[in-house]
Amino acid sequence: MSATEASPAEKGVMQIESFIGFAKRNGGLIALIAIILFNIAFTPNFLHPQTFFVNISQVATIAVVAVGMTLVIATGGIDLSVGAVMALAGALAPLIFTSSFAEAYPMLGLAAAFVVPVLVALLCGLFNGSLVSFLNVQPIIATLILFISGRGIAQVLTNGNLQTFSHKGFSYLGTGKILGLPFQGWLVIAIACLIWWLVHRSLFGRYLLAIGGNETAARLAGAPVRRVKIGAYVLCAGLAGIAGLIVVAINSASDAARIGNLMELDAIAAAVVGGALLQGGRAPIFGAILGAIIIQLVKYTLLANGVADEVALVAKAGIIIAAVYLQQGRKE
Amino acid sequence: MLDQSAFDLRRYLTGNAQTTGVFVALIALILFGLLRYENFGSAYNIASFLNYNAMFILISIGMCFVIMTGGIDLSVGSVAAFTSVVAAYLSPYGIEVALPGGILAGAAIGLLNGFFVVAMRIPPFIATLATMLGAKGGALIISGAQTVSIDWTSNFTKLGMEKAFGIFPWAIVIVALVAVILWVVLEHTSLGRTVLAIGGSEDASKLMGLNVNRAKFFVYVLSGGCAGLAGVFLASGFGAGQPLEGIGWELSAIASVVVGGTLLTGGLGSVPATIAGALLLGLVFNILNFENGRGTISLSAYWQMVIRGAFLFIVILLQSRMSGPVASPKEN
Repeated sequence: MSATEASPAEKGVMQIESFIGFAKRNGGLIALIAIILFNIAFTPNFLHPQTFFVNISQVATIAVVAVGMTLVIATGGIDLSVGAVMALAGALAPLIFTSSFAEAYPMLGLAAAFVVPVLVALLCGLFNGSLVSFLNVQPIIATLILFISGRGIAQVLTNGNLQTFSHKGFSYLGTGKILGLPFQGWLVIAIACLIWWLVHRSLFGRYLLAIGGNETAARLAGAPVRRVKIGAYVLCAGLAGIAGLIVVAINSASDAARIGNLMELDAIAAAVVGGALLQGGRAPIFGAILGAIIIQLVKYTLLANGVADEVALVAKAGIIIAAVYLQQGRKE
Repeated sequence: MLDQSAFDLRRYLTGNAQTTGVFVALIALILFGLLRYENFGSAYNIASFLNYNAMFILISIGMCFVIMTGGIDLSVGSVAAFTSVVAAYLSPYGIEVALPGGILAGAAIGLLNGFFVVAMRIPPFIATLATMLGAKGGALIISGAQTVSIDWTSNFTKLGMEKAFGIFPWAIVIVALVAVILWVVLEHTSLGRTVLAIGGSEDASKLMGLNVNRAKFFVYVLSGGCAGLAGVFLASGFGAGQPLEGIGWELSAIASVVVGGTLLTGGLGSVPATIAGALLLGLVFNILNFENGRGTISLSAYWQMVIRGAFLFIVILLQSRMSGPVASPKEN
């Protein structure tokens, strides 16, 4: 009799315990829901579709870069050059589709404006990855080189000028819609699914996580450590290149001095808030997207409620510390 | 390194292939400049070069101590901007208040870094990233994102404008004093030995009974204080508090430390080699300016960024050649 009566109570305790466990495991999700509820209650026009679209278009670039950063962080590395790579890709695209070649062959020119900048970005990743893998240069230093000079190269290419343009085909990347939702949003979902598949279902992903967990053990087990590490940097830089194209397409203008400025910090913060460990070994791709959304929404919430930009910086700092502190607690 | 008891110049020049490289490169670059440019060795050029680089030398030395423990301090640039504003607001009370006020404000942020790293066990990269955002936000909030002008009748501006004993700007004298003190602290005190030991192996240092936490607090407070003093120089040199300055300073400081032969994994480092590294990076710019002044080449600021990155790349290549492949930081 006692057994049958105790079981609902036990069930209740178990439910509470599993809820606490759920809360710890999904702190990001709960924070996101809290922010959304707060906005619905207090921020004027939050549920207006226009607000939704603005947030999607701003979060898309952070999210794309954060997914790539998550891959590099999973190897125990870091990529400081993503903002500079964005600037480089973003400066190249208008140079290509406004060239005389593109005027002569519009379709080819448009295709080249998408492909060439991304190829250049991939080369940047190859450079970073080779320094890290073959010369054993520490990732911060290896990516510092392009952080310093990448934006300089972009400014040399454009003479430091602001390039403005109106090009319907190219701007689709920034302003196009599918089923009424911004194209960039769909692009982020597609990229996230693809990279998630790569991390969790492919051999590359298995090696990636193994290397981040313990590089020596992975090497001894026969993982192609160098190739996989280079792959992570190449993918990260390629995604940064795509993000650079998106920014330029949204603005219909390209300013090499501003594209991707401080993006490396937003991307690292999003990856860490999303559950990536800086020591490596974990690659929560959808966590990175969640982190990007949280950071974007906090920024939006503060600005929409009249809090100054500067204070938003301090708030971002607080979020980063809180997220990492909770992670530390979870590990122990 | 640990049982060094007397000054030995030869040890600095031959003891370690990586520190040798920076001194050789520095001497070669100075000789090149002396032979090629008439005014290179003039008292004016030397004094203005050192005066401008005093801030970078300071934050590089502070960064060197943090990196020796295996940490990193990304907040130094923002801290300098923040303390330049603090010093500007304190300048009406005279240099007696503004100088210690600026240093204390920087040290306070360093204390916060130490708290995050030691007490909350947040990785240094993230902890100092957060205080970087916080200090930047703080500088913008208290200054209203405007430069804070300093009254020219205040004796505070003497610090940046006037010369000690009629020869060298005060900033250089103070930096030289700080450098000598910290050199002695590193090489001849138990605190300095603990700092080096932590970078070698934190666990072993703890087992040996060294006060690891105290030493870690010390390096972050020191780095914050150095950045605070750099901010005071910034304000007095430009005659205004500069809330928007300091962007990228942390990366030049890291570059100086690495060029000075210190590994980011810690356990190794030298104050003179770090200063040489900072001077070397500064000298590349000085020589580029001379080339521009001669009219032989015309390099825009953009090209200078590219060349600076390329120079860093060459130094890294040379270092990895000289020392052979270094142990990967992730061999755990």
